[in-house]
Amino acid sequence: MLSPGSGNTVIKSKLISRRMFLLTAAKAVVLVGLVGRLISLQINQATKYKSLSDKNRFREWKLAPERGLIKDFFDQEIASNEPLYQVHLVPENTKNLNHLFVRLKGILNITDKKISYLKKLIKKQKPWEPVIVSDNLNWSEFSKINLFLHELNGVEPIVSVARTYPDNSSAHILGYVSQISTKDLKTKKYLQDLSVPGMVIGKTGLERKLDEQIIGKVGFQRYEVNAFGKRIREIQVNEGKAGKSYKTTLDYEIQKYTNELLKDKAAAVCVMDIYNGDVVSLVSAPTFEPNAFVHGLDKQYWNSLIKDSKKPLTNKAMSGLYPPGSTIKTIVALSALENGIIKPQDTFRCTGKIELHGEKFHCWEKKGHGIVNLRKGIQRSCDVYFYEVARKLGVDRLSVTAKKFGLGKQVLSNFVEEKSGVVPNTKWKKKFIGQNWYIGETLHSGIGQGYFQSTPIQLCLMTAQIANGGFQIKPRIIFDKNNNDLRNYIKYKNEKPNEPLPLELLTKNFELKPLFENQNNINIVKDAMFSSSNEPGGTSYRHRFENPRFTFAGKTGSSQIKRFTEAQREAEVKQTDLDYKDRDHALFVAFAPYKDPKYAISVVVEHGGSGGSAAAPIAKKVIKKVLERHDLRQKINYSSGGVI
Amino acid sequence: MLQPRSIQSSLTLKDKILSFDYILVISILILGIISMFAMYSTDGGEFKYHTNSHILRFFVFFGLFFLISLIQIRFWHNYSYIIYILIFILLLGVKYFGLTSSGSKRWLDLYFMNLQPSELMKVSLILFLAKYYHRVSLENMNSIRFLFTPIIALIAPLLLVATQPDLGTSILIAAGGIVVAWLAGVKIKFFAYSSVIFLSLLPIAISFLKPYQKSRILTFLNPERDPLGAGYQIIQSKIAIGSGGLFGKGFLNGSQSYLDYLPEKHTDFIFTLFSEEFGFFGSLSILFLYGLIISRIIIIGNITRSTFGKLYCYSFATAFFIYVVVNMMMVLGLLPIVGSPLPIMSYGGSSMMATMFGLGVAMSCRIHKDVPVN
Repeated sequence: MLSPGSGNTVIKSKLISRRMFLLTAAKAVVLVGLVGRLISLQINQATKYKSLSDKNRFREWKLAPERGLIKDFFDQEIASNEPLYQVHLVPENTKNLNHLFVRLKGILNITDKKISYLKKLIKKQKPWEPVIVSDNLNWSEFSKINLFLHELNGVEPIVSVARTYPDNSSAHILGYVSQISTKDLKTKKYLQDLSVPGMVIGKTGLERKLDEQIIGKVGFQRYEVNAFGKRIREIQVNEGKAGKSYKTTLDYEIQKYTNELLKDKAAAVCVMDIYNGDVVSLVSAPTFEPNAFVHGLDKQYWNSLIKDSKKPLTNKAMSGLYPPGSTIKTIVALSALENGIIKPQDTFRCTGKIELHGEKFHCWEKKGHGIVNLRKGIQRSCDVYFYEVARKLGVDRLSVTAKKFGLGKQVLSNFVEEKSGVVPNTKWKKKFIGQNWYIGETLHSGIGQGYFQSTPIQLCLMTAQIANGGFQIKPRIIFDKNNNDLRNYIKYKNEKPNEPLPLELLTKNFELKPLFENQNNINIVKDAMFSSSNEPGGTSYRHRFENPRFTFAGKTGSSQIKRFTEAQREAEVKQTDLDYKDRDHALFVAFAPYKDPKYAISVVVEHGGSGGSAAAPIAKKVIKKVLERHDLRQKINYSSGGVI
Repeated sequence: MLQPRSIQSSLTLKDKILSFDYILVISILILGIISMFAMYSTDGGEFKYHTNSHILRFFVFFGLFFLISLIQIRFWHNYSYIIYILIFILLLGVKYFGLTSSGSKRWLDLYFMNLQPSELMKVSLILFLAKYYHRVSLENMNSIRFLFTPIIALIAPLLLVATQPDLGTSILIAAGGIVVAWLAGVKIKFFAYSSVIFLSLLPIAISFLKPYQKSRILTFLNPERDPLGAGYQIIQSKIAIGSGGLFGKGFLNGSQSYLDYLPEKHTDFIFTLFSEEFGFFGSLSILFLYGLIISRIIIIGNITRSTFGKLYCYSFATAFFIYVVVNMMMVLGLLPIVGSPLPIMSYGGSSMMATMFGLGVAMSCRIHKDVPVN
C-alpha cells in the first residue's frame, strides 16, 4: 500500500511536526515574555506612567493675584484696584488676520507700529496663544468692542484688575508698580513662583517695601490639553489669594492738602505724631503720576520725568539729602547744655563775624546780634553764638547727640530709597575722607553746614523727640494696633487736656527711652524754639499763630548751596537776586501746639531762600490742618479700644 | 486511502459548514467586534470614517473568509503559484503606478479601495512556498538546486517592498518565507549561511535606508534620544499602556489617545489604545484571543493530511504569531517602530483582506483535511 512517495511523506510530516513543536515552544516563551512586559508596564510601573500621563494631559495657566489695598489712617483707599479692560486676540480663531487688524484699527486706536509688532509676535507664538492687542481700554472703547464682537472672530474681551491710585498726592511714599523685569526675577526670591504674564510688582516706596505680602498668591487654571498644547477643557480653577491689605498712618486729606501747597516747588514735608511716631504726612514735590507706570510707561512722559531738574521721581522727604542748616542749632544747644559746656545764661558778643586762624566766619546778620545768650541765639539763629558753642563743644560730642536724636540713620525701615545722611565727626572724616578734622569744620558743623547731611524725615524725627520731652520714638508708617498702648495716655488727656504728659506715663506706656541727662535742658531748647516763632525778632515770628490751639515752636534754617563771596556779602545780595539754582535750601522744623505738643513737622523747600520766608509759611498751613484733624485722628485711636 | 478521498470530494455545502472550526470562527468574530469598539474610540466616541469603514471591511472580508474556506484546498494548491505571480505583478505595478503617501509608495488605486499588495504578498509567499516544499522530496530538500527557487521567490518581493520603502512589511514577508522553508526541513546551516551573507550585506543595506528609518532604529535603542521627535511614539505608547494599569481608564476614556498624544492610533497603535482603556486584563484577553486563533490553526495543521496543508497551516500560524508579536513588542517598546499592523484589529483594508484570506485557506484545510492534494 505504501508507495516510496508516501513513506517519504510520512517522514516529511514527522520532520515538519517536530520542527513545529519547537516553534510552538518558542511561541509560548515569547508569549510569556509579552505578558511579563505587560505586567511590568501596567502593574509594576502603572503609578509612574499614570503620573506621566497626567503630566501630558494637564497644563496650568497662572493667574495674577489681586494686589492688596493700601489705606490711609481713616480707611480711605490710597492704592486700590480697578477693573481693567483688555482685548486679547487668539490667532487660530481668526479667519483673516489682516482683515481683522483693519477692522480693529477702525474701532480702537491702534498704531500701525503696534500692528506690525503684534503680527511679528503672532508669527513667533503658537496659534492658540493669545496676544494682548490693547491692555488698557476705557469703558466706551471696551463696549464698542463688545458691540462688534460678532464680526471680530478671535477677539476676546477680557476684564481683569489693575492697580490704581486716586491721585498723585502720595505717589512717593506709596511708590509705583510696574512689570516684572528679568533683574527682579533674579534678585527677588519671592517672585520665583510668581512669574505670571501681566503681573506687576512694587518698584519703589511702600509698594516695594510691602511687595512680598501685598502681592498675594498666584492662582491657576488647570486645563486638559491635547498633544498640540491646545486647551480642551478646564479641569480646575484656583483663584489664588489677593494680597494682604495694609492700613497706613498717613492722612490722605493732609497728603492732598500738602501736595497742593507744594505745587510748582521742589520741596518736602514730613509730619509725625511725637508720641507714637505715626507718620501723618510725607509729601515730596513735584510729584509724578503713579498710574502712568501701571500699563507700561509712555516714553515721552518718562523722559520728561528724568529731565526735570526738580527731580519728580525722588522722594525728597526720605531720599533728599540736605545740610540741616540752622535747624541743627537746637541739637547743638542741647548737646552743649547736656555736656555742661554752657549754661543758658552764658553770653557771647556777635559782631557779625568771628575770625579763627585767619579765616573769617560770618553771621547771617551782617550787623551782628550784639550780646547773645542761648535763648536769643536760637531765637535770632545767631551763627556767631553757635560758632562759639560748637568750638567749645567739639564735633565729636555734637555728633553723639545728633545721632541720638535720629540724624545719620534711616528713620523707617526697609525703604530701599531712604538715605541715612551724614553726621560728621573726626573719626568719620578720617575713615571716609582720609583727612584730619579742622577746627573750622567744627564751626561749620555748629550751624549745620559742611559735611552734615540730613533728610527731612530725620529732621522731623529730631524735632519730634525734642517736642515730646526728649524721648526716643519709633517712627512708623504702617498702622499696627498691637503697638503702643495709649489707654492711659488718652485717659490722662481727657482729664487734663492742656497739661504735658508726666514722665512716668510716657516711659511706662510708650516704653519710651529718655534721650536726655536732664530733661530741663530739653525744656530750655523748646522754650528757645518758642521764642524763635512767637517773640518779636524771632526768625519765623511773622508766621506765628496767636491762637494757642495752633501755636507752634520752630526753628528756621537754610542750607547753603554756594558760598557767598566777600563781594556779594558786601553788596548785601539777597537770596531772591540769585539764580534759582544758586539759592539756599529753605528749612523749617516745628512742633505744635506749644503748650501740649502733639505733632512735629519738617519742611524743606529746595532753593527756597530763607527758612523763615519760604518754609515756615508752608509749615504754618500744614500745622493748622493737622491740628484741625487731630480730634478725628484721636477718635480713631479711641475707637480702636484705645489700643493703636 | 481511496475511500476518504471519494468521501471528501463529494462533500456537500452542509457537510462543509458543519466541519468549520467554530472556535476559530468565534474567536475571529469576537476580535473583530472588539476592534470595532477600539476603532469607535479612536474616532472620539463617534461613528466616523474610520469606524464605519472598519466595520464594513471586517464584515466584507469575514464573508470572504467563508467563501475561501468553502473552496477546495486543491484549488488553492493548484493556483498558489499563479496567485503569487499575480500579487508579484501587482507589487511591480506599485513600483510604477503606486500612490505615494508620507514618503513611501505602497498602494495601488483600485477606485473602490487602495490596495496594498505587500500585505497580500505576506500570505501568497507562504502559499507559494508551501506548495513548492510540498512537491520537493526530502532528499532534494537541501540540495542547492532546490534552494534556488525559494530564494528568488523570497528575495524578489522583499526587495520590491523594502524599496517602497516599507521595512516593516518586508521583514514580515521574509519571516513568513523563512518559516516555511525551515519547517519543510531546510537545514539550519543554510539559514546560518544566509544570515552571515545578510549581515555582511547589512552595511550596504543600511546605506540605502532612508534617514527616518535609521532614526527609528537609533531611537529604539535609546528612546530618550529625541523625546519630541522619533522617540515620541515609543514614549507616548508606553505611557498610554502603563497608565492603563490593571483595569484601564475605561472605554472612551483613554486620555493619551483622546488628546492625540498617541500616534497612528488607528493602525499600528490600536493595541496601545485598547490597553490604555481596558488595562492589563483587557490586554490579556486580546493576547488570549490571538493565542486561541493561532492554536486553532496549528490544530488544523495537525489534523490535515497533506504536506501542503500542514506546511501552510503551521507557517501561517507562525507568521500570524509573528505579526501579532512584532506589533505588540513594537508598541510595548521592545522593538523599533517598523510599521506593522496588528492583524484584524488594525485599520487597513489590505491587511484585513490578507488576514482573512490566510485564515480562509487555513479553514479550507480543515474542511478538506482528508483531501489529498496533487
